[in-house]
Amino acid sequence: MCPEQIIELMHEYLDEEIEPDKEQILRDHLQTCKECETIFNELKKTIAFVKSISHMQAPDNFTANVLSRLPKEKKKVKLGRWLKNHPMLAAASLFLVLMMGSLYSTWNQDREFSVSKQKNLVVKNNTVIVPKGETVNGDVIVRNGKLEIEGEIKGNVTVINGEKYLASAGHVTGQIDEVNEVFDWVWYHMKKTAQEVIDIFDQPETE
Amino acid sequence: MEAIVKKRIKQVIKGDQNAFGEIVEIYKNSVYQLCFRMLGNRHEAEDMAQEAFIRAFVNIHTFNQDLKFSTWLFRIATNLCIDRIRKKKPDYYLDAEVAGTEGLTMYSQIPDKTPLPENEVESLELHETIQKEILKLPEKYRSAIVLKYIEELSLNEISEILDLPLGTVKTRIHRGREALRQQLQYV
Repeated sequence: MCPEQIIELMHEYLDEEIEPDKEQILRDHLQTCKECETIFNELKKTIAFVKSISHMQAPDNFTANVLSRLPKEKKKVKLGRWLKNHPMLAAASLFLVLMMGSLYSTWNQDREFSVSKQKNLVVKNNTVIVPKGETVNGDVIVRNGKLEIEGEIKGNVTVINGEKYLASAGHVTGQIDEVNEVFDWVWYHMKKTAQEVIDIFDQPETE
Repeated sequence: MEAIVKKRIKQVIKGDQNAFGEIVEIYKNSVYQLCFRMLGNRHEAEDMAQEAFIRAFVNIHTFNQDLKFSTWLFRIATNLCIDRIRKKKPDYYLDAEVAGTEGLTMYSQIPDKTPLPENEVESLELHETIQKEILKLPEKYRSAIVLKYIEELSLNEISEILDLPLGTVKTRIHRGREALRQQLQYV
C-alpha cells in the first residue's frame, strides 16, 4: 500500500503548487507503482471531465429580466442620460425655454398704450377709432387699448392685449388678429419672426 | 475589462440602471453557470443568478471599489446557492457524515461499480453524468470545485469568495476531486 503522502503530492501537483524536489519524488513513485499511476490518471481525467462541461450560456432575455426586476430609477438620472443621448434636442429645448422666458418678460414690460401711425385714425384716451366713411390704408396695430372700426381698413388688424369692436358698417380687407394671452403673444412673435425670415428669402426672387 | 467595470460601477452608484445592464451582460454567463452547476436546475439557476445581480445592484454602495467586482459578485451568488441548497435539503437525508471529512457522506465514498444498462448509457450524455456527480457532492466541496474548474478561478480568489483560509479551500478541493474521481473512474 502506497503512503498517503503520495496522494497528497498528487493534489499539490494538480493545484500547481508542488515544489520541484517533491515533483521528482512523485514522478519516481508513479513510474514504479501502477496503482498510484491509475489514481493519478483518474484524477487528471476527472478534472478534464469537469472542465469539459463549462461554457454555459445564460438564457435569452436574462439581462432584460434582471433590469425589469430592479427598483425604480431616479428621475434625475433618466433625464441626465436623455440629455446626453440627444444633445441637439437638449439644446433646442433649452433655446425654447430661454426664448419663451425673454418673450414673457417683454410681454410683462410692454404695458403702454401704442398704436401704429396712420392718418385718419382718431385716438381718444386708450381707444382708437376708425371714423365712419374714412378709409385707412396699411396694417393697424393697437397695443394695450381698444379699437373701434366704423370705417374701412385696407390691411391687417392686430390688437394686442386689448379689445376690438367691429361696427356693422366697418370693414377690414386683411386678417384680424387678437393677442390676449402670453402663449398667443409668443405664437404671434414666432409667426412674425418666421414671416420675416421668409421675406428675407423671398426678396431676392422678387427683385 | 476591470477598468470598464469600475467605470460602470461608478455610474451605477449614481443610480444609472443602463450601466448596470452592461455589467450584467459581462458576467451573466459565468454567474448563471455557477448557479446551474450548484443547483442542477435551469429554472432555479436563472432565478438565483437574477437574484444575485439584483442584490449586487441594491448593495452596490457596500462594494469596496478597490477589490475585484467579480469576486464580490461570485460571493453573493455562491452564498445564495448554498442557502437555497440548505433550504431544500430533504429531511430524509439519512447518510451520515464520514468522520473527519467535513460533510462527505458514505454515499459519495462508495464507487458506483454497477454498470448502467445499455440503453441508459446511450441516453445519458457524458455531460449529464458529470453534472449529476457534481451535484452529489456536499455543497462545501461543490462550491470549491465549481469555482476552481468551471469558473477557472485561482485558489486565492476562491478563498476570498468563500471567505475561508487558503488551506481550507485546498482541502475542500482535494476532497471534492477525490470523491469525483471515485464516481467517475469507470466512465
